[in-house]
Formats: sequence, C-alpha cells, structure tokens
Amino acid sequence: MLILHCPNCGVDADETELAPGGEAHLTREGPGSSDEEFEQYLFLRENPRGVHFERWRHAMGCGKWFHAARCTTTMEVFGTYPAQTSEPPQEIRDRISDRRPGWRWRELS
Amino acid sequence: MQRYSVFALARQAFRNHEGWERAWRSPEPKRRYDTIIVGAGGHGLATAYWLGRNFGITNVAVIEKGWLGGGNTGRNTTIIRSNYLQDASAGIYEKSRSLYETMSQDLNYNVMYSPRGVMMLAQTEHEVRGYRRTAHANALQGVETQFVGPERVKELCPIINIEGPRYPVLGALWQPRAGTARHDAVAWGYARACSDMGMDIIQKCEVTGVRSEGGKVTGVSTTKGEIDCDRLGIVVAGNSGVLADMAGFRLPIESVALQALVSEPIKPCMDVVVMANTVHGYMSQSDKGEMVIGGGADGYNNYTQRGSFHHIEETVRALVETFPMISRLKMLRQWGGIVDMTGDRSPIISKTPLEGCYINAGWGTGGFKAIPGSGWAMAELMAKGHSPLADDFSLDRFREGRFIDESVAAGVAH
Ligand SMILES: Cc1cc2nc3c(=O)[nH]c(=O)nc-3n(C[C@H](O)[C@H](O)[C@H](O)COP(=O)(O)OP(=O)(O)OC[C@H]3O[C@@H](n4cnc5c(N)ncnc54)[C@H](O)[C@@H]3O)c2cc1C
Ligand SMILES: [Zn+2]
Repeated sequence: MLILHCPNCGVDADETELAPGGEAHLTREGPGSSDEEFEQYLFLRENPRGVHFERWRHAMGCGKWFHAARCTTTMEVFGTYPAQTSEPPQEIRDRISDRRPGWRWRELS
Repeated sequence: MQRYSVFALARQAFRNHEGWERAWRSPEPKRRYDTIIVGAGGHGLATAYWLGRNFGITNVAVIEKGWLGGGNTGRNTTIIRSNYLQDASAGIYEKSRSLYETMSQDLNYNVMYSPRGVMMLAQTEHEVRGYRRTAHANALQGVETQFVGPERVKELCPIINIEGPRYPVLGALWQPRAGTARHDAVAWGYARACSDMGMDIIQKCEVTGVRSEGGKVTGVSTTKGEIDCDRLGIVVAGNSGVLADMAGFRLPIESVALQALVSEPIKPCMDVVVMANTVHGYMSQSDKGEMVIGGGADGYNNYTQRGSFHHIEETVRALVETFPMISRLKMLRQWGGIVDMTGDRSPIISKTPLEGCYINAGWGTGGFKAIPGSGWAMAELMAKGHSPLADDFSLDRFREGRFIDESVAAGVAH
C-alpha cells in the first residue's frame, strides 16, 4: 500500500485515506487563453515512466491538498510538500537528482 | 501455412503430434520495412493483419519489447460488447464485435468466441434511466440491446441476488450477442496470419527512439539496432506516453494499473457475463470453470503492472453482495495491467504531429473487445490517410472540444 506523509497535518496516510488529484504544477488557463493552452491544461499530460509530480488530497484526514514526488516504475516516494507552490522545492529536486540522475520533467529538471 | 482442421488433428494424432509447424517465424529484423508497428498486442497485430489483408501492404514488421500478447491483451478479462452510447463508439465497437463472430474462420485459428450475452446491471434509478437511454441509442445505431427487468435478470443468471440490501437489481442492459473470447488466441491467431503473409514479428526487441528528418518519420532505434521505415504505427497501450515522448509530442493520456483475479475452478454456474457498475465489479465464468473477476482502476499514474490491494477488496466485497454463493470461493491468482486512460475515456486512432507516424491508443480498460475493428480502422488510416471508422477518434478532438464522452455516458470500466 502506498503511504504518503501529509505535510499539512503530519500524518503518514495510507492510500485509502487519500484521494489522487493527478499531475501537479499545471498552468491553470482561464478566459482569453487559446485552444492550445486549454488543451495543455485540461488534457495533455507528462505521464512519465519515472519521476512524477502529483497532487493528493488527505480526504479522510485533514481534508487538505498537498503535492508528492514519486517514481511511477518503483513507487518510491521522493517526498511530499505543501500545495501552495508552483514548483517542487529544491531539496526534493536534489533528492531526485541523487536517486535518478538525468531525470526530466517539463522545464523543471 | 499448415491449416488447422479436424483432418490435420487426426493426421498428427497418428504421428504423436510431432509434425506441427511453428505458428509464426521469429526472424531477425531487416534493415528496412515499408511499415513498422510498435507493440505486438492485439491492436498492433490486428493493424498489421488488415494492412496485409485489405491493402496488400506486407513489407511490415511488428516490434515487441516482451513477448507477443504479453501486455494488456494477455491480461484482460475478455469481455466483448458494443453497447456504447455515442455513434462513433457504436460504429467501431459493433464493427469489432461482428468481426469477432467470424474471426476463428477468418484466421483458421480457434479464438473461442463465445457470444454468451453481457448484462450490465442497473442498481440505481440513474442507471435505469441511463441504460434505457443507451438501449434507445443502440436501436438507432443498429446494435441489438434491450433493457430487461429484474425477473429476466434472475432468469438469465440464477446465482444473482436481485434483492441486495444496498443496491437491489432494478433491471439490466442486455446484449445477447456480446460475450467473451480467448485473449491469447486472438494475439496468436493474428500473429500466425501476419507471419504467413510474410510479415516479421520481432519479439524481445524494445523501441528506444523514434528517428525523423524534416518533421517526417524515418525509422526507429531498437535494442536490436536501427530499423528504417516510411510509416510508423505506435500501438503500445500503457506505454503510449513513452513512445510519444520519443516521437516529440504529448498525449491526453495517463497510465494507471487495472487488476483482475480468478477463483479456483468450479462447476458451471453462470453462462452470461454480468457487470455491476454501481458497486464496481464484474464477473464471468471461464471454460475452465474459474470465476473471472474485475473491478476498478487505480486513481494514480503507475507503470508497475501490480495495482493496489484495496481495489481487490472493494471488488470482491461488491461481488459477494451481488453473488452471495461466491463468498466461500478461494481466489487463485491476481494480476495487473497498465491501461492508457484518455481525457474522455474514448480511444485515439490518429495521425500525429510527426508526419508518417500514426498512433492507436487510449483503449484504457476496454480495448480487448475492439481489437479487430481497431486494427481495421488503423490499417485504413495508415494506408489511405483516413478511415470513416477512425476519423472521430483523432487526436485534435481534445483541442477542438469534440469529445466522445463515454465516461459520462457509461461511467464504466472495460
Ligand atoms: C485487468 C484488465 C482487464 C481488462 N478487461 C477488459 C475486458 O474485459 N474487455 C475489454 O474489452 N478490455 C479489457 N481490458 C483492456 C484491454 O486489455 C486493452 O485495452 C487491450 O488489450 C489493449 O491492447 P493493445 O494491443 O493496445 O495493448 P497491449 O496488449 O498492452 O500491447 C502493447 C504492446 O506494446 C509493447 N510495447 C510497449 N512499449 C514498447 C516499446 N518501447 N518497444 C516495443 N514494444 C513495446 C508491450 O510490451 C505490449 O506487448 C482490460 C485490461 C486489463 C489490464
Ligand atoms: Zn493531512
């Protein structure tokens, strides 16, 4: 079972307590955005074999959103971090670089 | 090709079965092919088959990183039905279902297609309305389905508990000509036919790069070297995003694990397929007697081909309520496959931003039923540039807002 540490309330939460929220760090488009931008926002996904940044909600716990960095081929969790950010914190990126040299993620790597 | 028949069987019986040919050749790759298909699952092999059969294109290689049929094609629960809501879906799934009816004869290979009927239970008022609507849509589309009441459900499947405490059975959408087939045989039958047409099926050969020049595809890099081609078909299900990345574009697809399980074999007790979408489980009985069980997919990206155990618990819990007699059954095996889910839960059969490169993907939890029809459409698209069955499933529908919204329409797996 996947276990993620909720940075909001400090609980190590089982997967059954959590609701997955899909890819993180999407640019939320709005009025005035082009069809291409909306397609990126609503549909196009990285879906990598490897390092993935994603959103989770501690649905059966504190109810709040957070982010996780995880490997989709080994299920290794590189860390979790608060949702009030547009990119992963440096320490998590460093940890990933340690564990997965040469990793890629959009323009963030 | 050595034809299979009752006479061949008798002849071989006298020779201790030592005279059977290998069903397909295992050649080394050539330097160049007109067309390369990546992925020897059902959809890739069916694409190659129809390229040869319908368009005479046989200088084709199908490249597979593992063994043919070892992806979702050999991991699914083999439900075949065509009772979708949208016209585009009805077109391709009904074509596919009808091709399944004659597949064993067409391929001279027994795929054990069993049109035993599929029943989708309505267990809430919403589902009753939804399935009545689907039955009306199907009537207009020429797909034979019917909304039946709970008494008929009980008649068709006596082991069902129609008075479930939480979700009584209020009726069902019944498709009498839907059913199941032997999944491996579908892959093997196509592989044998493709090999017989002179195509090369290259197993244990992973595509590691897509090469192009001036925006046009020129070939692939593989673990067995560089191979050139004029046309490339990407048909790799859960790995679509990985191949798209190699070819330089992104997809509206996320890969998640979907699981299934089978029980110990028991005497025949159920001769239809039952799907219970509200409680999230479905079940049929294999010819060996095992109860074949499936449920919902994981909610997060994953390539591990395993899946979370709590889904098994949820599925089994739901099915024990629906079929109380299975509560004492032992489960034998559980497994997972990586399914490719699109934004509108409908597939993609399309050109791509890279000229000469085509993609067939996004069948998600329900593409086994679509194998022959999808291959038919993909072959036509690759040979002629467009296909009436495939046009609605193009990649640009996500930008243009032309969704084929089966997720809202059906809200179901497989
Ligand atoms: C548990 C489960 C139950 C299901 N139940 C049903 C059902 O009841 N009814 C139904 O209709 N559908 C069902 N499905 C869905 C169905 O299995 C799939 O939609 C269908 O099999 C997809 O076929 P495919 O040929 O596209 O993919 P696959 O059979 O997965 O083939 C893709 C192939 O591409 C290969 N590949 C990937 N990357 C590379 C590479 N880089 N180089 C070379 N080769 C590569 C893979 O090894 C694989 O063999 C189920 C799926 C699962 C997992
Ligand atoms: Zn919390």
